[in-house]
Amino acid sequence: MSEITLSVKGLKKTIGKKEIIKGIDFDLKRGEVFGFLGPNGAGKTTTIRMLVGLIKPSAGTIEIGGYNVRKNFTKAMAQMGCIVENPELYSYLTGWENLEHFARMLPEVDRDYMNYVVELVRLDERIHDRVSTYSLGMRQRLGIAQALLGKPKVLILDEPTNGLDPMGIREMRNFIRYLAEEEGLTVLVSSHLLSEIQLMCDRVAIISKGSVIKVDYVENLLALQEKVIWHAEPRDTAKEILGGVTTVSDGADGALVTPYFENESAIWNRMLVEKGVQVNEMNRKLPALEDLFLELTGGETID
Amino acid sequence: MINLVRNEMLKIVRKKRILIVAGIIAVLVALFTYSQYREIERRLERFGDVDWRTTLQQQIIDTQNRITSSGISDEWKSELQLRIQQQQYYLDNNVNPMEPGAPSFARVFAEHSINLFLPLMIMVVAADIVSSERSAGTVKLLLTRPVKRWRILMSKYITLILSVSTIVVLFGVLSYLISGLIFGYQGWAAPVITGFNVEGNELNTNAVQMIPQWQYLLMEFSLVWFVALIVGTITFMLSVLIRNTPAGMGVMLAALISGAILSNMVSSWEQAKYLFMINLNLTGYLSGQAPPIEGMTLGFSLVVLAVWGLAALIVSFAVFIRQDIY
Repeated sequence: MSEITLSVKGLKKTIGKKEIIKGIDFDLKRGEVFGFLGPNGAGKTTTIRMLVGLIKPSAGTIEIGGYNVRKNFTKAMAQMGCIVENPELYSYLTGWENLEHFARMLPEVDRDYMNYVVELVRLDERIHDRVSTYSLGMRQRLGIAQALLGKPKVLILDEPTNGLDPMGIREMRNFIRYLAEEEGLTVLVSSHLLSEIQLMCDRVAIISKGSVIKVDYVENLLALQEKVIWHAEPRDTAKEILGGVTTVSDGADGALVTPYFENESAIWNRMLVEKGVQVNEMNRKLPALEDLFLELTGGETID
Repeated sequence: MINLVRNEMLKIVRKKRILIVAGIIAVLVALFTYSQYREIERRLERFGDVDWRTTLQQQIIDTQNRITSSGISDEWKSELQLRIQQQQYYLDNNVNPMEPGAPSFARVFAEHSINLFLPLMIMVVAADIVSSERSAGTVKLLLTRPVKRWRILMSKYITLILSVSTIVVLFGVLSYLISGLIFGYQGWAAPVITGFNVEGNELNTNAVQMIPQWQYLLMEFSLVWFVALIVGTITFMLSVLIRNTPAGMGVMLAALISGAILSNMVSSWEQAKYLFMINLNLTGYLSGQAPPIEGMTLGFSLVVLAVWGLAALIVSFAVFIRQDIY
């Protein structure tokens, strides 16, 4: 699990005088799903395009499977499959012809493997139809099939669930988990949807205005934020008592918010009851990344 | 590389571009064949079945009358004079300049198509060869494969050369086959006079030689192919530079049409001879037409076109390899 498959160091991009990406570092390990989270315009797509060699970085290095993308482009690309934004394939060709087209750009892809990939993305029934007749979900899957043709170590998917229906989103999620867990791929997924990242990823990098604010395991980030919401009468007394033992902040609807610590919360509750405070509701809240995000970015909006 | 070229050929074939071009050529050839057929019929009606010498003599007299009439520009006058001298030369040497038959039709049709019609057809194929990948977004997949960018562009350029050659061959074959239905397929060996030199207002016939028509056609179609290749290369560059296919086509169209118009009115603007679109009429040198600007020769035009083509190719590769794809 510790093999590093993608390594980014000090990545910068300047367009004109404007620094769009301000120095990004992260390492991806084998078999993990890594989330790239940020609002639209944070620099996710620019970063991904630099990773896949579409945009030249102004500074910094990118290594895929140990090969530098700038110095050793073909070897680095051979380790990687990607979909950048929408899966744009040749709509006037059939799915199979598209796969053949991209297979011809790789050193050696045998037909058995192509069939295997087609089955993997469950397109075997429609693979000989023209892509223009495909639904968005099917195109997305064909895009992934295309990305898998070269047996990559790293799969980079930009907004893979964009435009999919709930069913399709769940399928995609399961599929990505499967690729990471069973096939041992490193999957880099970008999204502006926090719920997606939360459900799909092992680790996440939160990116805002061109820099990475935080990189951590999803569980850690969430644990950091676990809270207890109190509804108690009289409110002021309760706030005073809790304030004596921990940090209290005001929540919505006159609620009081304190951090959650196992055991501690029960003791605090007893203190309140003993002092004659009526505790109407005590709610442990597993926060969404959403709150964390707002906190980290200082209220920058995310949709 | 062969695999890459195969990919590109697949795309061109599947987009049916060459088929469309072949269709347009077929329709136009049929159209011109018919109009020429009508022309011949009309002449038969008027003069009866007369010898071509009589017709040519009549044409010379007609042209002479036009020259003497007032209200004709000096430029036009000298061009008509040249034509008379040329026709007279044909007459003196007992060679029919318009030997009926499919080869003659193909020869004249190519002569008239070289500076506008054929370049337009090339443009149809070449204009979106790179830009369509960009507007459809497929370039992102193409350029993230383990293949260097210059190889991808090279495969596209090779494909362009193949397509251009196919179109030129189709052009020749179609005009031969279709016109032959009416004029017959004979006339390969008919003599054609070439090597006229225009010096000022004088027709210099020192270097003139008579060659069989098939040889002339071979020379002519080589020149046509060269022009098509250069026009294709310049369109290719525009396709790299301009993302938007219609915009790229518009630029090329403007250049080609301005060339066709300028050729008739730039005789006093000498620097214009370095523009590629003024130099497209290579077949004119074979048949002995006056060049758009005095002093232009076949060699000069070939060099100008080659320089333009080479520059376009260098620009295409330099830009494509460095370009950031957003």
